Amino acid sequence: MKSYMIIGQYVPGHSFIHRLDPRTKLMIIFTFVFIVFFANNLVSYSWLTLFAFAAVLLTQLRLGYIIKGITPVWFLIVFTLLLHIIVTKEGPILLEIGSFAIHQGGIERGLMISWRFMLLVLVTSLLTLTTAPMEITDALEMLLGPFKKLRIPVHELALMMSISLRFIPTLLDETEKISKAQASRGVDFRTGSMKSRIYAIVPLLVPLFISAFKRAEDLAMAMEARGYRGSEGRTKLRQLQFKRIDYITAIVYLAVMIMFLFLRQ
Amino acid sequence: MVAIEFRDVYFRYNEDTPWVLKNFNLKIESKETVAILGHNGSGKSTIAKLANGLLMPQAGEIFIDDRKITPTNVWEIRQKIGMVFQNPENQFVGTTVRDDVAFGLENRAIAREEMLRRIQESLQQVGMEAYENHEPHHLSGGQKQRVAIASVMAIHPQVLLLDEATAMLDPRGKKEILATVLSLKEQLAITTVMITHDLQEISIADRVIVMNKGAIFKDTTTDKLFNSHQELQSIGLTIPLSVQLAIELEQYGYPFSTYPLKQEELIETLWKSHLKM
Repeated sequence: MKSYMIIGQYVPGHSFIHRLDPRTKLMIIFTFVFIVFFANNLVSYSWLTLFAFAAVLLTQLRLGYIIKGITPVWFLIVFTLLLHIIVTKEGPILLEIGSFAIHQGGIERGLMISWRFMLLVLVTSLLTLTTAPMEITDALEMLLGPFKKLRIPVHELALMMSISLRFIPTLLDETEKISKAQASRGVDFRTGSMKSRIYAIVPLLVPLFISAFKRAEDLAMAMEARGYRGSEGRTKLRQLQFKRIDYITAIVYLAVMIMFLFLRQ
Repeated sequence: MVAIEFRDVYFRYNEDTPWVLKNFNLKIESKETVAILGHNGSGKSTIAKLANGLLMPQAGEIFIDDRKITPTNVWEIRQKIGMVFQNPENQFVGTTVRDDVAFGLENRAIAREEMLRRIQESLQQVGMEAYENHEPHHLSGGQKQRVAIASVMAIHPQVLLLDEATAMLDPRGKKEILATVLSLKEQLAITTVMITHDLQEISIADRVIVMNKGAIFKDTTTDKLFNSHQELQSIGLTIPLSVQLAIELEQYGYPFSTYPLKQEELIETLWKSHLKM
């Protein structure tokens, strides 16, 4: 299943969070991203952190795995923290080295912003960890449905997304085949300077692109032969249904957020 | 009833290229199983695309179920004529087997309950019901082609059109597809058109049409096809080994009533041949 490592880090499972309707998850995360920016004191931050960790526990995933998933962002978080510490000149001075001073306000602000960032990344990564890419596609198509009236091709975009997901393993296999074929003809992908390695990619990409276009053409013809003519007058096999756990989750989430409004200053 | 009829059809891909089909006439009766044979460039695949309305002829008329294909009714026609293409990978639209079979049904606005029923039904017809939730990259080429056939059968077409559906498969996949087509032929009274360059495949057809240079070279029944083996060889078709052997044997005075297409058939005929002498 190496192919799925790349698409996202989806871990199949049957936890509470896994069983939630992808639309519920999407809506909660979408609103959470905004709400995090309204936290302005220790209590409100702690409240949101509590919520995030409760959600993490409910996924029944190993914490180590989740943290590993967000490693690429650690650098950004630490960078934000340092930037705030250096730039902000508020509050009493804590440490002074020559003309360079660290203010208390800087540390406070830095910690807050990077903590906010951490929460954002953590909660959004829960979506991709517990929801299959196809489910996210379905949820997006349904949630964005009303935008069809504004002539936004929601169905077409969702179909594009699902076809891309379907062809990722195919194209990966093909990449491997081509790279082996080219390696057997003497193309060296592994050694040499950075520049020569980048040049070595060209004989890999060109055949890959040509075959991808060929595939697209074939697929378009097959789709037409099977009666595809856009979103109009189409029914859907995949259906999403809000269940009891979705209503319960929505109510609990709403309660948590109302509580949050009281906790912030 | 006539399932497919080509009447004086002319077709070419570009103005400056020669005609692929020139004054072409063909009639396929309904419930017939027809194999269209020919080497590359003989125009056999073009026939499939014309019959499905994927291409429109420059001149002449094409009738499906006695209805002429026009740009306005092409979508209705495609409901009657289901097509399976050559490349198993490039015609798999859905992310799972189930979604792929559903794709054609969704396009035709079939209600969801009916869809679920038809998916079951057509997957059973091709023997793929155990793979309903499998993803395409976990299936073999033969299995993918069987799903493609199921997707077509779910629409309940009158004609099943296989455009070199086995060309990219290994021998096992080829066998799977032939067995599937044969069982469909027995289960349902459906017109089947197989376009191929593989002479082995014609064993399940009743009628064989050999194409050469955009015209019908020979229109005959399967068992009589090899009576004119020299002509077939002259247009570049390879005769199956069992038939070649039978032809050689005939020269030594062992007559064959029909030429055997498969090794088993050859053995069958050989061990009984002495009884007749």
